[in-house]
Amino acid sequence: MTRPDDIDDLKAALSAATPRPDPERRAANLRHARENFAAHAQARTKESHSRQGTEGATRHRSAGPDRGLLTGVMTMLSRMTTRGGLVATTAIFAGCLLVLTPQGREVLTPGPFLRGEAEPPSPQPAPDAEETRDPAPSTDRPVTGSTAGQPTDDAVTAPDPLNATRMAESEEESDLDGGMMDNMLAAPAPAVRPEIAGRSAEAAAAESDFGGLARDNAPTAEGEALPLAPDTEAFANAAPSDLKITAEAPVSTFSIDVDTASWSIVRSSLMRGELPPPAAVRIEEMINYFPYAYPAPGDGAPFRAELGVIETPWNAGTRLVRIGLQGELPELDARPPLNLVFLIDTSGSMDAADKLPLLRQSFRLMLSELRPEDEVAIVAYAGSAGRVLDPTPAGDRQAILDALDRLSAGGSTNGQGGLQQAYAVAEGMADEGEVSRILLATDGDFNVGLSDPSALTDYVGEKRRTGTYLSVLGFGRGNLDDATMQALAQNGNGTAAYIDTLNEAQKVLVDQLSGALFPIADDVKIQVEFNPATVAEYRLIGYETRALRREDFNNDAVDAGELGAGHSVTALYEITPVGSDARLTDPLRYAPAEAKGTDASDEYGFLRLRYKVPGEDESRLIETPIPSELSADENASFAAAIAGFGELLRGSDYLGDWSYAAAIELAGANQGADTFGYRSEAVRLMRLAQSLSQ
Amino acid sequence: MRMKVSDEDLALAAGAGDGEAFAVLLERQYDRLFGLCFRLTGSRAEAEDLTQDICAALPAKLSSYRRQARVSTWLYRVAVNAAHDRRRRRASYMKATEGWGDWEQARAADSAAETQRQDWLIRAMASLSEDLRDTLALVLDDLTHAEAADVLGVSEGTISWRMSEVRKHLRALKEKEEAE
Repeated sequence: MTRPDDIDDLKAALSAATPRPDPERRAANLRHARENFAAHAQARTKESHSRQGTEGATRHRSAGPDRGLLTGVMTMLSRMTTRGGLVATTAIFAGCLLVLTPQGREVLTPGPFLRGEAEPPSPQPAPDAEETRDPAPSTDRPVTGSTAGQPTDDAVTAPDPLNATRMAESEEESDLDGGMMDNMLAAPAPAVRPEIAGRSAEAAAAESDFGGLARDNAPTAEGEALPLAPDTEAFANAAPSDLKITAEAPVSTFSIDVDTASWSIVRSSLMRGELPPPAAVRIEEMINYFPYAYPAPGDGAPFRAELGVIETPWNAGTRLVRIGLQGELPELDARPPLNLVFLIDTSGSMDAADKLPLLRQSFRLMLSELRPEDEVAIVAYAGSAGRVLDPTPAGDRQAILDALDRLSAGGSTNGQGGLQQAYAVAEGMADEGEVSRILLATDGDFNVGLSDPSALTDYVGEKRRTGTYLSVLGFGRGNLDDATMQALAQNGNGTAAYIDTLNEAQKVLVDQLSGALFPIADDVKIQVEFNPATVAEYRLIGYETRALRREDFNNDAVDAGELGAGHSVTALYEITPVGSDARLTDPLRYAPAEAKGTDASDEYGFLRLRYKVPGEDESRLIETPIPSELSADENASFAAAIAGFGELLRGSDYLGDWSYAAAIELAGANQGADTFGYRSEAVRLMRLAQSLSQ
Repeated sequence: MRMKVSDEDLALAAGAGDGEAFAVLLERQYDRLFGLCFRLTGSRAEAEDLTQDICAALPAKLSSYRRQARVSTWLYRVAVNAAHDRRRRRASYMKATEGWGDWEQARAADSAAETQRQDWLIRAMASLSEDLRDTLALVLDDLTHAEAADVLGVSEGTISWRMSEVRKHLRALKEKEEAE
């Protein structure tokens, strides 16, 4: 039974419970404030005389931080503001969101069943629709044409007017935060958080100029005991790519992405009985989680592009173009020796069954896949970084296992100190012809010490040039900082995976060991030029955080994703053929006449791929036309089911009345060989999401 | 003396260095600010400390006040930010439980019904995520959804959605309790 006046009850109870301020404290606080005001005014006067602002510090009483720390924090904040301001509308917005995103997120809520049953008493919109729509950046603030269309490399978009308002606001807030620090023990977190958002947005801006999105998630549903640990998760995402009109923007450019973290996060959320936060849903990572068994390249190229066109499951008037890349799987016996540095987060927050213990088991699994000539070193970071295991041949299994067992969680995290040490160790291990990779295992909590995340990602970007790869493995939920993880992996020429179960460890670290650890093509970029004679509109599904500018395609200095041995990458475009009823935009009356089939074209477009052979600086080009005939394509159909599932979770506008039921049916009908049961797991998760969404 | 001057004018004057304006403004706003701090933290002691933080930091912030915002909205934004800072500090240094979870029970209630009501309030508040709690604290302070959105830096639709979530939570909580 429900009563519509719950809120009123609460309000009454709250007013009754709100105490009067203590008169003595009140007087003291007011006096204190007035004194501060006077001191501040004085300091300002002095400042205006001599441009040295340090006198301002005298206004701060209380056992505040020393000036050095304060300055650091202020610098960070001001950096955040200016950089953030430059990035993009959504980035700013994400920044604001993050600033305002409190820690304790995962406080109890009633069980899913309860959530489902009760209809809101007031004429609020239907829960599903609203729930998925909520994460503000995706829907509340439409991406401006410029952001979607012309991503910038690592920074500068001219701020638009809207942006300017935001900037002013965020400046104000940062200033406030900075001021706040004066009188408080300066915790790093408040300063860091916005920075993370700004940075991850910026990192994403390496590929696109919209970026990191704080989590403003759907309520969690855990039918368990009362307040749970605070949850400080942050996810990187961007608004879905919008529809493009071929006549206006025929070229679409993006970087490949072989990360799979998003699928695992979605799974872990669903398994806990809650819908994933929409910001955690990155469709390309969901699609790329699954093996597709595309034909292997034969002609000595490191990978091969495979194309397919199917009818769009959710829209009879459009087509899905599937681009599949299959990396070659080099003869494993001939693989170069591998130097692995396990960089392991042993901060206090790692002390949970699904974190450090799972990590130990996972690495143990992987050890059995290594060769005697491979070398392993372990660096732990917590408070002060430490080398736990000197470079040890993988043949000395016992020494490595012992070192893993010695790890225990405690202390706070110093991501940068750990990273610096890990890179130093990796560089010490590197030899001609060997592959060095750091495997960073963390729950994503980089919140103490030199942890300005923009400096962190800059550092990683710098180190990328030394040839050491960096992969990030996320463990556990609660303060998973997906945004930072993504930023690090993207900047460090690596992949990000999220490990929630030992099965997942098996998949990432054992079955795909070679792919995860041996790059076969660096900086792989995809560019599709659509044919305006056959395609009226198109939309790239997923890869929002991976968009590139058109000119970046030919610019070898622009970083893009790496393809590992045996990896496959799938990208889907939803296209509207010319003449289809499903066209959402009207042709322009005064536009130059479209070439209406004059060249009898049977091509939807032209695909160009660029990649670098690892170690080389100059990219190579692969080109192939996209034929327009439909193909029966089990892989594309399954990928479409996953894409649709992702869009449902994100709350897309493009699906019409296509539902979870349809996704389940489509995925179920296209299981393929499914040797390891990944696809059937997908169907189970879809069913779970279906129940949770009701 | 200056009681007829609007808060906004006072804030601008204070921003320009007028100490008297600042004193009057703070005097006017203090109780309301404290009330909000209490609702954000669920603890009287925390609320006193938070209010102190805000008061102490206000002089430095006033120069960033612009007339576009109402003083109350602006002040609330300061308060919400400060509350978030405190929470983060607690979370990173103590891994502490958050407000409302450990709300002191000291306030002796004068009747059994009142006790029950307060128990329910604590359970209800503790069951909300911080976002929802912050939103609720603002909306119950008679801010419109648009104003609350402005304070929290989210869209108005988000506020409305959060309030519907709050209702859902409260209802579910009740059902659960009634079932027990």
